[in-house]
Amino acid sequence: MNPFSSETRLRDMIRAIRACKTAAEERAVVRKECASIRAAVSDNDNDYRHRNLAKLMFIHMLGYPTHFGQMECLKLIAAPGFPEKRIGYLGLMLLLDERQEVLMLVTNSLKQDLNHTNQYIVGLALCALGNISSAEMARDLAPEVERLLQFRDPNVRKKAALCSIRIIKKVPDLAENFVNPVASLLKEKHHGVLLTAIQLCADLCTVSEEALEYFRKKCTEGLVKVLKDAVNSPYAPEYDISGISDPFLQIRLLRILRILGHGDADASDLMNDILAQVATKTESNKNAGNAILYECVETIMSIEDSGGLRVLAINILGRFLSNRDNNIRYVALNMLMKAISVDGQAVQRHRATILECVKDSDASIRKRALELVYLLVNETNVKPLTKELIDYLEVSDQDFKGDLTAKICSIVEKLSPEKIWYIDQMLKVLCEAGNYVKDEVWHGLIVVITNASNLHGYTVRSLYRAIQTSGDQEAVVRVAVWCIGEYGDLLVNNIGMLELEEPITVTENDTVDVIEVAIKHHTSDLTTRAMCLTALLKLSSRFPSCSQRIKDIVNQSKGSLLLELQQRSIEFDSIIEKHQNLRSALVERMPVLDEATYSGRRAGSLPAAVSTSQGNPLQIPNGVHKTAAPLLDLLDLSADDPAPQSSSSPNFLQDLLGGDILSSVSQSGTTQPQKSGADVLLDLLSTGSSLAQNGSSTADILLISQDNKNKTSVNALDSLSSPMANSAQSLPASSIMDLLDGFGPSPTVPNDNGPAYPPLVAFESSSLSLVFNFSKQPGSPHITQIEANFTNKSSDIYTDFIFQAAVPKFLQLHLEPASSNTLPGSGNGSITQKLRVTNNQHGKKSLVMRIRISYKLNNKDMLEEGQISNFPRDL
Amino acid sequence: MKIHFVVTISRQGKVRLTKWYSPYSHKERSKVIQELSRVILTRGPNLCNIVEWRGFKVVYRRYAGLYFCMCVNQEDNELEILEIIQYFVETLNRYFGSVCELDLIFHFHQTYYILDEILIAGELQESSKTTVHRLIDAQDSLVEAAKEKENTVSYIIAQ
Repeated sequence: MNPFSSETRLRDMIRAIRACKTAAEERAVVRKECASIRAAVSDNDNDYRHRNLAKLMFIHMLGYPTHFGQMECLKLIAAPGFPEKRIGYLGLMLLLDERQEVLMLVTNSLKQDLNHTNQYIVGLALCALGNISSAEMARDLAPEVERLLQFRDPNVRKKAALCSIRIIKKVPDLAENFVNPVASLLKEKHHGVLLTAIQLCADLCTVSEEALEYFRKKCTEGLVKVLKDAVNSPYAPEYDISGISDPFLQIRLLRILRILGHGDADASDLMNDILAQVATKTESNKNAGNAILYECVETIMSIEDSGGLRVLAINILGRFLSNRDNNIRYVALNMLMKAISVDGQAVQRHRATILECVKDSDASIRKRALELVYLLVNETNVKPLTKELIDYLEVSDQDFKGDLTAKICSIVEKLSPEKIWYIDQMLKVLCEAGNYVKDEVWHGLIVVITNASNLHGYTVRSLYRAIQTSGDQEAVVRVAVWCIGEYGDLLVNNIGMLELEEPITVTENDTVDVIEVAIKHHTSDLTTRAMCLTALLKLSSRFPSCSQRIKDIVNQSKGSLLLELQQRSIEFDSIIEKHQNLRSALVERMPVLDEATYSGRRAGSLPAAVSTSQGNPLQIPNGVHKTAAPLLDLLDLSADDPAPQSSSSPNFLQDLLGGDILSSVSQSGTTQPQKSGADVLLDLLSTGSSLAQNGSSTADILLISQDNKNKTSVNALDSLSSPMANSAQSLPASSIMDLLDGFGPSPTVPNDNGPAYPPLVAFESSSLSLVFNFSKQPGSPHITQIEANFTNKSSDIYTDFIFQAAVPKFLQLHLEPASSNTLPGSGNGSITQKLRVTNNQHGKKSLVMRIRISYKLNNKDMLEEGQISNFPRDL
Repeated sequence: MKIHFVVTISRQGKVRLTKWYSPYSHKERSKVIQELSRVILTRGPNLCNIVEWRGFKVVYRRYAGLYFCMCVNQEDNELEILEIIQYFVETLNRYFGSVCELDLIFHFHQTYYILDEILIAGELQESSKTTVHRLIDAQDSLVEAAKEKENTVSYIIAQ
């Protein structure tokens, strides 16, 4: 080695990296090192190859790319000396994985090393093969490994045995070659060889039924004896772990006996005695002993029945369960779950302890215990168990409540003996953890309530009480509001009293109070408020004396920015005001909801049927949608900053167009109702694009038209909003709705003037939706203009919003700047961004695109990714 | 029983050792480590050493500032994995002489060599504490011998 080399030693590099104070500094150091390693690689430098590889491994562990070092591993492996090979194989295992094709190149070196005279080199090769072999390599090198199972040194034999496991996992049809060598390895005394041979034997048994039969016949007795010896062996410091001799070997022996004994009475018989001995004699005050007991219990549970042993096993689990060590208790819960199918009664005996574990401070244990309790519940114990769980719900951790409520609800739904109990339990859950309850659950509850006609009065009174105490739980409020709307008269008149009930005095005004509080409460969301309005409408007919008050409350939502509320408010108001004669018929009690249909729909994982039946969901005739799309764009652009101009566009054209538009908008806007105002805008937009044909490039024109929209939008808005504000009441409500519908998250519709490509919902998550609108310039069919429209349905604002897209080589993509990088919440605006895609194989291939959307939500980085392959075909 | 991977993470979330016995792409690997450090490093001191994760179980054990984690299938014996971790750490301790994090950083390759004498293909290959040492020592002295030989040769050439 050249002592005057300027290259740093491994140790110095690590020091330099550790001395870095910032990530940027670290990157700089790593970059420098990588550069010099690359240089050495291309110089084919021999002296420092192994040092360089060591450095690369360290850099790799830090998470930097190191693929350029892969070939260096192969060179080192091919070198003759042990030190080079050692580091080469280490690098191979660290830097590569079995899916890389480079790996194939090493097969030859491996073959040579497997036949090497130095047993340590053979060991290195076996280790590498065992850790990263691919199927092809396994097939090529299996004969060598098979031969090495009989190598003179046991340390090579054990490595070969584990290597064989990998080989038969990769190529199961090679299994039979290994059966005989393993049978002889199982007779050895060397612990390493025994351990690995047993492991290999277990794997052979799982891939081959014949192998299993063979080992069962030939080896069961021998293995039982080995276990006996291991259990009774005198103290040997080499293998001793806290007073137990080689627990690893004992565990593996128990495991192979389990496989051999499973489903075979004779084999099971042979092992009964030793299992009893292990189960009774193993010390259980240390982890190693418990690990053996664990394995022993598992074996007892799966071999053929022997009643006495099973009792022993369940008792061990009982002891585990009351152990102070959390790990042991965790394990016990897990095993009891398996034991249920073997002996449910015995597990039931530990119910009280298991229930305590549900309340443990350790999340892993709680989760397991809850699963187990869930399995333990049956018709006879459902009532006390549910009571326990609900009581605990009160004090449980916030992050556990979700799981817990889900399980309780599931238990109640599955095993409820009677309806009144079901309703009672659900109300309790809703009161405790209504905010964690899934929508299906309270939907289901309402279905059950409507079906229990004798309990309507009881339920609505219970809910009335519940909402007084637990008004902060959204689900309670919803169910209560719904029931009060339907059964308010039963509440006031104490109809349908059950014997166990205390009568309560509730006036009609009290009832309306409840709804009023709910609709005004700041935490109530759209669904709740909409339900409140429906309930109010129903009450207005049930309580004629409160009609005026109800009308006032309903009227307060007329100005709501939420479309749904506004519509309900206006429509309900006119029902109360003008259609007295219709009203009582309109708001009759809901027909009984069909439980069968409901559960059927739930099974199909559809949202529940109940919500659609409470009110009339917004149905807007399709034809009117057309105005919505351009209007939406205009509104968005006006809300956000106009997009920065990135390319220079002919100014005079812009001015010309802009002037034109402004004048025509102001004309039409003042004289015509909004709808036509929008239409005019629409035409103008298309003017912009038709001008495009006359010469300037498409991109510029697009920018122009976008810019036009910015300028005109304010005017357009003015003209739109003024008649709306003045004459909202006189105008038929539906037309406003139609126009405004563009606000909602529903996808927008293309305008008439563009070529007829339907808009595409390119991406949709619970909170974010992305819609593509397509247009093409006549004469250049291979170019597609896409307008991407992002809408945020959640209530939070997304900042630093960035959209990225990538396309395969036959496409060219050009992204214009986005209209904004801030996306307001609740669908109150959107971001638009134009894309231009040129398809070089137009007509042969259709578009595909991969997208990535990143944004910040409460300063947290969020990332959405997706691939769009459902573009219309002829784009 | 098969260990899918072994990862050692420092309390600061730095990776000190990774060994993958099941195929994970490089991308998946860093994701796995990220996810696990988030879950494991935040767990309190008196909780159990088992974390359920993506349908697997990760058994971990903390030694000073280092978390040794091994991932196994749901149905595997977690208590045994705890013993394997202990066995591995004891072996390291004996090799380095009261091992500390710096040993694992500056002699990371030695750590891997030791692990390779304990596990192959995610299975345990040796339960004797002395055998592992004997094998590592023998291989280390092979390396030393080669170095010495090289030095004398280069020495002669330099003369």
